Amino acid sequence: MKQISVKLRPDLAVIASHVAAGAKVLDVGCGDGTLMAALRDERGCDVRGLEIAPDNVAACVGQGLSAIQGDADTDLGLYPDAGFDYAILSQTLQTTKRPDIVLEELLRIGRRAFVSFPNFAHWRVRSDLLWRGRMPVTRLLPVAWYATPNIHHLTITDFRELVRERGIRVEGAWFLAGDGLIQPALANWRAEHAVFLLARDGVNPA
Amino acid sequence: MASLFTPCSETYDLPDPLPLDGGQSLDNVRIAYETYGKLNADASNAILICHATTGDQHVASPHPITGKPGWWDKMVGAGKQIDTDRFYVICPNVLGSCMGTTGPGSLAADGKPYGLRFPVITIRDMVRAHMALLDHLGVERLYAVIGGSMGGMQALSLSVNWPDRVERVLALATTAAMPVQNIAFQEVGRQAIMADPDWQQGAYYETGRAPDAGLAVARMAAHITYLSEATLSEKFGRRLQDRDAKSFGFGADFQVESYLRYQGSSFTGRFDANSYLYITRAMSYFDLGEERFGAGHNLRLSEAFAGVKARFCVVSFDTDWLYPTSESRKIAHAVNAAGAPVSFMELAAPYGHDSFLLDVPALDRVIGGFLSR
Repeated sequence: MKQISVKLRPDLAVIASHVAAGAKVLDVGCGDGTLMAALRDERGCDVRGLEIAPDNVAACVGQGLSAIQGDADTDLGLYPDAGFDYAILSQTLQTTKRPDIVLEELLRIGRRAFVSFPNFAHWRVRSDLLWRGRMPVTRLLPVAWYATPNIHHLTITDFRELVRERGIRVEGAWFLAGDGLIQPALANWRAEHAVFLLARDGVNPA
Repeated sequence: MASLFTPCSETYDLPDPLPLDGGQSLDNVRIAYETYGKLNADASNAILICHATTGDQHVASPHPITGKPGWWDKMVGAGKQIDTDRFYVICPNVLGSCMGTTGPGSLAADGKPYGLRFPVITIRDMVRAHMALLDHLGVERLYAVIGGSMGGMQALSLSVNWPDRVERVLALATTAAMPVQNIAFQEVGRQAIMADPDWQQGAYYETGRAPDAGLAVARMAAHITYLSEATLSEKFGRRLQDRDAKSFGFGADFQVESYLRYQGSSFTGRFDANSYLYITRAMSYFDLGEERFGAGHNLRLSEAFAGVKARFCVVSFDTDWLYPTSESRKIAHAVNAAGAPVSFMELAAPYGHDSFLLDVPALDRVIGGFLSR
């Protein structure tokens, strides 16, 4: 695993260090372009972004990056099949209207996909629900239930189940807590974040 | 007025006839242009700015007739977003216009103004003239081509028809094919001009009369399309002009009426009616797919961008209903599908289509950022 020298959000650091050098990458929900810039500058990747907020797109343009203002729920259909080596969706799956369709689109557009999301089955979340009877507000889920952009909460087990149902192969999985990687044991209790590397069964034979 | 628009810019006379998309060619073409900054030793810092329908080459220098500052003075200059300390900026007057470049008001070989004898031209013909100018100026490859509205059409046309000659394309508030609503509005403008008895089938130049009334109406109609409901409401609302009550007549009771009349009549002092016909015709004919594949093709827009080599930045404005965001989004996704790097964003600005010319700080940042590397 090659380290990236700039300081990235932990899930982005995991993704950045596992993207092959020189790859063609689509970053869906690319934000201000931090990950794209790291992949371009340190891995020599050809990177494109899709981002919903125009200010963020402008920030990407200001770094010489290419980003299109658009919505993952509606605009992924405009991308051609297998146009990218990787499609990346970081911390966005749980905000989409149809995460399952977005996931399928990622694997149509990219030969592989990185997906990261906050784990709703982390013990602190469970504890809030069990003992306080409240929707959790945690470090990684900082917004109250009525204002959160996260409309489809999921757990690591839910995600594994979805990809199994859809015949999607897991090529890698990383789990994060307190901004560091943790071992996979009891990940659905212990991990705040998960990062998965996915591919369609039958393609990309190892 | 009419053919008496004297060029006060530099001019270049094309040594060869200019071939046109309509099948004809045009002899003795003159291009009037302005430049700012200096071309560097390896000729790698040239930016071509393409003006809009009734714009001109005075992008950052005072207009010779109105005395007003250049139409993009806030964007182009030393230390500005299009920095003339760094870039060599070229802004030509388009073919068919009336600010020094050959157009219907220019003299034909017989010593009389062309009038309607001037051939109908296209956006690509305008760009072909630009390319001849670039050859003359020693610019093989542009750092960037930049344009809004009709200028954006030229920028796109250049990028697909001369893909080796540009590295960056900045297309603002524009389209890859003229939307039918805009074709319709422009027909209203042309009909207003041609309905004016002083138009005289376009042969008005030496008669002492010109279709000013028709041209003013064309400008009034077009001007409305450049604004937004919000701008009109804020600027004028239903307020009356210099009076306390409606006149029960047909004077300019409302402020907006007075404003439009002023816009119309002041326009006639700086623009030629026949140029307006020819330039709007070129815009209504514009279809990037047709430029690549001819009429009647059924290929997708992305095919038109196949082989482009530039990096693109496409910007629309949320209140622009003349060249709405959907047009820019089509361009962006077509370029993207063609595999070229492209950025696209819809900026929030209250001024309608004219936003690209007005004070929109977000646009300044985007342009500066896009050109920075």
